[in-house]
Amino acid sequence: MRSATEQLGKRLINGVEEFGYGSLLLLESLYWILLGRRRNQAVRFSAVVNEMMAVGVLAIPVVVILSFANGVMMALQGIYTLQDFGAESQVIPGLAYSITREFGALIVGIVVAGRSGSAIAARIGAMQMSQEIDALRVMGVNPVRYLVSPILLAMIFMMPMLTILADFMALSGGGLLCTFKLHMSFGSFWESTLSLLAVSDIMQGIIKSVVFASLIALVGCINGFSASGGADGLGRVTTRSVVLCIAAIVIADMIFTFFLSR
Amino acid sequence: MTDVAFNCDQPPVIDVNGLVTYYGERRILDDVSMQVCPGEIRVIMGGSGSGKSTLLRHLLGLNQPVGGEIRLLGKNINTINSAEMYALRKQIGVSFQGGALFNSMTVGENVAFPLREHTNLDDNTMRIMSRMKLEVVNLAGFEDLYPAELSGGMIKRAALARAIVMDPKLLFFDEPSAGLDPVVSAELDDLILMLRDTMNISIVVVTHELDSAFKIADSITILDKGKILMTGSKEAVRATDNERVQALLNRRVSEEEQDHDAYLARLTGKAS
Repeated sequence: MRSATEQLGKRLINGVEEFGYGSLLLLESLYWILLGRRRNQAVRFSAVVNEMMAVGVLAIPVVVILSFANGVMMALQGIYTLQDFGAESQVIPGLAYSITREFGALIVGIVVAGRSGSAIAARIGAMQMSQEIDALRVMGVNPVRYLVSPILLAMIFMMPMLTILADFMALSGGGLLCTFKLHMSFGSFWESTLSLLAVSDIMQGIIKSVVFASLIALVGCINGFSASGGADGLGRVTTRSVVLCIAAIVIADMIFTFFLSR
Repeated sequence: MTDVAFNCDQPPVIDVNGLVTYYGERRILDDVSMQVCPGEIRVIMGGSGSGKSTLLRHLLGLNQPVGGEIRLLGKNINTINSAEMYALRKQIGVSFQGGALFNSMTVGENVAFPLREHTNLDDNTMRIMSRMKLEVVNLAGFEDLYPAELSGGMIKRAALARAIVMDPKLLFFDEPSAGLDPVVSAELDDLILMLRDTMNISIVVVTHELDSAFKIADSITILDKGKILMTGSKEAVRATDNERVQALLNRRVSEEEQDHDAYLARLTGKAS
């Protein structure tokens, strides 16, 4: 019993420590993004572009497919539920609001967490183990500036883009289903969707995606930097990174939604 | 007996005073003091667990000590601000045990990396400079290969080329012969000697290889269980009557290891 409490306490302390480390890492990488040039250690544009390709552009196919399928499913479930009240057409506002405010960003978050959360942790972890991070430091190259800042910048830029794409694809998926089930044209589906949506609805999803982007970048990097103990350790931090990324996203989403939809 | 302090005629490039450090509760380095003179090759020797890797990490400013101070090229690396440290790092080259080449870059890009980060030279000049250093380490023509395509000895030489590309005043070399066959390892020793003679660099080599140590060293520091046993010239080290030093040199197991009762107690897990 005592050891169980002790374990819990240790974990809690570790958790708080990691949270603090994450906050510092965020501040430090923002510092390099904003002031690196003045310190003669600018964040390289080419590195940011490379990261944007890796985390953003290459994620497009899977985001397109998953968000489209998700839109179809939501429309199906919505129509099925609303049928009982004879209010099938009300599925349109349901889709419009829930996708833009919630699911577009969430799908992108989970896809990117799965793809990049693991890749970032694995890459930095491997560099940590082969002393490449130490090599950077002794060469006077700050590892946060060189590795973390480009990832953070690329994530914060690409995730909102992907979210807009996911919104569009999910609504198209839902709309396509509505044309079959509700016998309306695709054009009139979009017309009524756009008339319902305000800028604030789309912004809500975009703001969330920026938060998710920072979470994935930081969780991935922290886990990478903490890697130790060979191939086994690398596998462990990669898994941990993906699990923590997704958990962080879902919890952050809940907190955000609670405050934003009041 | 520790030793008579080794006096340089010029200010030392490395000056360590009373360095103390812990790993958790365990004391890794205990009051370590040493000076390295300009232009010399100093070998830091010791068995596994002697604290030599930890000492190196401190000298490189990768770990913060609990007590004591470290001066590199006259600067106290634990108190200077980050801008001064940044300037200091440009004058120091490091070759890590496993090379620590960036796997995502070619050999040429690896060697040019410090130039790319610290200078405003154009690509062509950087290419020429990195080729020059690759020439020095006999790796000319390999600049387009990736580290994964190189042998162990070639990786060490490429890492050395990267370490000297900024023409450092001070070069650290961690375990140059680890994982290499005797011939390749001897080639690397020659290379280290050649660098001292042609580039006038002060070199610190951390190793546990006796042959290599006695071949390249101008002076040797012997570390054991976190303490410096002695510092001196090769001859002084060979001639010392310090039992632990002689035991290390003759590859004898330390006395404790020969205590059969303690050995048995450790195996069975029972305290004797």
